[in-house]
Amino acid sequence: MPKITYVEFSGTEHAIEVKAGLTVMEGAVKHNVPGIDADCGGACACATCHVYVDAAWTDKVGSPSAMEESMLDFAENVQTNSRLSCQIKVTDALDGLVVRMPESQH
Amino acid sequence: MGAGHAGGTAAALLRQLGWTGPITLVGDEPIAPYQRPPLSKAWLKGEADADSLALRPDSFYAEHDIALRLNVRAVEIDRAAGVVLLEGGERLPYDRLILATGARARRIALPGIELDGVLELRTAADADRLKAALGPGKRLAVVGGGYIGLEAAASALALGAKATVIELQSRVLARVACEPLSLFMQDYHRSKGVRVELGAGVDGLEGEGGRITGVRLSDGRLLACDAALIGVGALANQELAQAAGLECDGGVVVDLTAKTSDPAVYAIGDCTRRPLPLYGQMGRLESVPNALEQAKQAAADLCGTKPPSPETPWFWSDQYDLKLQIAGLPLGAEQILVRGEPATARFAVFHLNADNQVQAVEAINAAPEFMAGRQLIGSRKPVAPDKLRDITVSMKDVAA
Repeated sequence: MPKITYVEFSGTEHAIEVKAGLTVMEGAVKHNVPGIDADCGGACACATCHVYVDAAWTDKVGSPSAMEESMLDFAENVQTNSRLSCQIKVTDALDGLVVRMPESQH
Repeated sequence: MGAGHAGGTAAALLRQLGWTGPITLVGDEPIAPYQRPPLSKAWLKGEADADSLALRPDSFYAEHDIALRLNVRAVEIDRAAGVVLLEGGERLPYDRLILATGARARRIALPGIELDGVLELRTAADADRLKAALGPGKRLAVVGGGYIGLEAAASALALGAKATVIELQSRVLARVACEPLSLFMQDYHRSKGVRVELGAGVDGLEGEGGRITGVRLSDGRLLACDAALIGVGALANQELAQAAGLECDGGVVVDLTAKTSDPAVYAIGDCTRRPLPLYGQMGRLESVPNALEQAKQAAADLCGTKPPSPETPWFWSDQYDLKLQIAGLPLGAEQILVRGEPATARFAVFHLNADNQVQAVEAINAAPEFMAGRQLIGSRKPVAPDKLRDITVSMKDVAA
């Protein structure tokens, strides 16, 4: 299974094996990784699963859809590598992915 | 007590925040906590499986030392003894109790309500029954034009079934949305092939051999159907709390730490009546964001960690290719302002108070309006109505 490393704002790391086909958000929520709230459960409706994609992975992860981009436009602490983790599907190609969390999702 | 979205989240958060004592999570359904919103959408359409519906994998609870007790109901809370009495006689002692008992579908006393094929939609089991009744050529009658009914109608169409929505009021979503949004939604459903009957009372449900065959309207017409979904609102499951002498008022009354009138007892989610600080009143919110917010409040209070920052109530719905997002509550609004053209299926309705502060926003396929609106509701910053109405002015500039 692809391994995803979630890094909390505090620096605490969680390396989790996430089944391909799930989203990066689901991998975090299902394993109780703090810092990803995902209020809407993955409907791209809330922007509470915001992560920063580690620089080495931005190309592989791809770019956000128009809908995701307009949600991100109004999220807090957005950077150029910001993504909504509910919109990133885990594949074998993402084995080793590192995502970092913002200070707060709200 | 209650292993839904609220209870399951509270248990997980308690472990995240460092609660070291034993946690028991009791639910009356046969499966571990799961997400209810997909039941009328992706799950009904067959686009989600049990794994994705589950809030967390079954193994999660044992791994985090959470005793998950399924298929069992609580029958009484003895606060003096600090015990919950379970069905079957078991006594479950507690130091702290969280009530997350949810809400149930409101039942109406209609002739024929007991017929097979008369359904409601709250649980995964309900959704399975509804799904089994749908399919190509099947006819679904939906009594009640609220979110559940409209979402189910949209999903029924996706499965090749026919759907009729029967609404007593003169517009759908009458209780929960403003008129421009209602008009848009009912037109959109009609354009997709849903029959929408407005101002239509129901006299009864008719059947043959114990199975529903039609819905009799008050004007005498019979709408033939293979199944009827009754979606006319939900009631808080407050009976346990009430019988235990906790303050209830159309929901278990709680404060902003999710505490009830007994400081050893918390209540979270659909079953509560809670303060709405932005609006200076109490209210009951039926939404996942509310369940999560209150789970955070309770867990933080129990673990003595920093209370979560207050959130603006919000809600979403997916129907067809529409993403509906609502933030705030349309209370105290003096002016309703439409930004964008409903005919384009991309617009937002803003509710402004006398000081031009945003009280609520209802957005269709309009994420910037929703996101900016939600921030403006929280910040209380007044907006210029002319700018807000002008779609050539970006929401960033409106909010700036």
